[in-house]
Amino acid sequence: MKILNCPLNGPRNISEFAYGGEVQEMPVPDAELRDWAAYVFIENNTRGLVREWWIHLPTSYWFIAERNTGSNDVVRTYPADELYSERVEFGSND
Amino acid sequence: MPFGLLKYGFSRRYPAYPLYKKPDSLKSSYDVIIIGAGGHGLAAAYYLAKDHGITNIAVLDKGYLASGNTARNTAIIRSNYLTPEGIRFYDESVRLYQTLSNDLDFNILYSERGHLTLAHTDAALRTARWRAEVNKHLGIDSELVYPDEIAKLCPELNLSDDVRYPIAGALYHAPGAIARHDAVAWTYARAAAALGVEIHTHTEVTDVVVENGRAVGVETSAGPIGCGRVLQAVAGMSSVVAKMAGLELPIRTVPLQACVTEPVKPFLDPIIVSGSLHVYVSQSDRGELVMGGSVDPYPLYSTRSTLEFKEELMMHMLELFPFIGGLRVLRQWAGIADMTPDFSPVMGTTPVENYFIDSGWGTWGFKATPVCGKRMAETVATGKVPDILEPFALERFYRFEQVGERGAASVGH
Repeated sequence: MKILNCPLNGPRNISEFAYGGEVQEMPVPDAELRDWAAYVFIENNTRGLVREWWIHLPTSYWFIAERNTGSNDVVRTYPADELYSERVEFGSND
Repeated sequence: MPFGLLKYGFSRRYPAYPLYKKPDSLKSSYDVIIIGAGGHGLAAAYYLAKDHGITNIAVLDKGYLASGNTARNTAIIRSNYLTPEGIRFYDESVRLYQTLSNDLDFNILYSERGHLTLAHTDAALRTARWRAEVNKHLGIDSELVYPDEIAKLCPELNLSDDVRYPIAGALYHAPGAIARHDAVAWTYARAAAALGVEIHTHTEVTDVVVENGRAVGVETSAGPIGCGRVLQAVAGMSSVVAKMAGLELPIRTVPLQACVTEPVKPFLDPIIVSGSLHVYVSQSDRGELVMGGSVDPYPLYSTRSTLEFKEELMMHMLELFPFIGGLRVLRQWAGIADMTPDFSPVMGTTPVENYFIDSGWGTWGFKATPVCGKRMAETVATGKVPDILEPFALERFYRFEQVGERGAASVGH
């Protein structure tokens, strides 16, 4: 059994979590369609230390984990506000 | 029997014959370099030599022959996909497979079993009906069957209502088959080498040399080699190798696990798959039950096996076949699968000139081996992507034109 350390709930079985993709910079809202396609579909898929989104499913808590995708060692987990402190405003959609 | 077999094995009257003559050393350049000596790469080499007369080819692999996912898949061949693009493509592959043993004079133990995709819910029945109708429209033998017919096709299956997920129906695909996966690679290796292709195993490609947007060679563990064109066919390492050429792919590398039981007398004829239960099983010619599930829940470049996989798999398998509870698992293994967002491959040309890609083969690569070889060879030889491959271009993601096969991936959903 692999244990992941949730910043909110402490060490839990990894089956309680879901992977949410690599942390990457989001394009600005009016960026080219091509940039948005790359953001949505293209993956770095790095073999090595990667910064990833994870969610603890029972509590719907999103956080960030630094994991080695070659060895599966989780180096560190921490709340997302360590990286994101400002709200992204998308403006209206009409 | 064991002593007789041993005597036969060591007898000088029946020496083991090599599949192909090992090449001496690498030349300084080749017309085509193929990275990856698995089924896809070897098939491409063979069709390049046979159909297009290009024989100055080196197939390079960092391991031994077909040591990656060609050796790790569960050998299922079928064409009952969901999209017209996918069905047409996999159908050509099934047809090539059906005559491969005769065409190349090498027995790949092709065995038509019939393929049942079980549905346990109304939603799964609807998907099965959808697939059956699209399949039939394109001339594929595929139909929706209900429990009374399933009982005739596979009497051993537990059709009782007294389980967590009773079986409501199934998609039946009569041409569904299994084959000896290693033999597919061996036959292509032998045939390609006979036409002059050099197969260099234990030769790792460490970099791709790109000059002015054009691939001109590769760096290897045995020194640099120049080349006219490069084809990458490396399954789970697709992203890592593509990065050497400066390319980024819509791929996540995720382990896929499988296992076999000890051999028992033949009792299971069709291949049984359940998308809802995330399991599939077939019985090999040796009598082993070959079983697998869906990919691991998160990306990883590792072929480790886990207990969680076995627990999840057996929990459902025992509902389908309660009497296999006493069987022991003989082997368990994993391969790394390159999963795409739409469960379809990424093939064809790339933004780097003379660099061609055969990737995104996730959990569905073995069944496409012959058609990939044939059509990628055509692409590399002519520089033009054939119509049948066009829908699978890397560029489709930038046009938002995915080929959604998730509903037809064995248990990927």
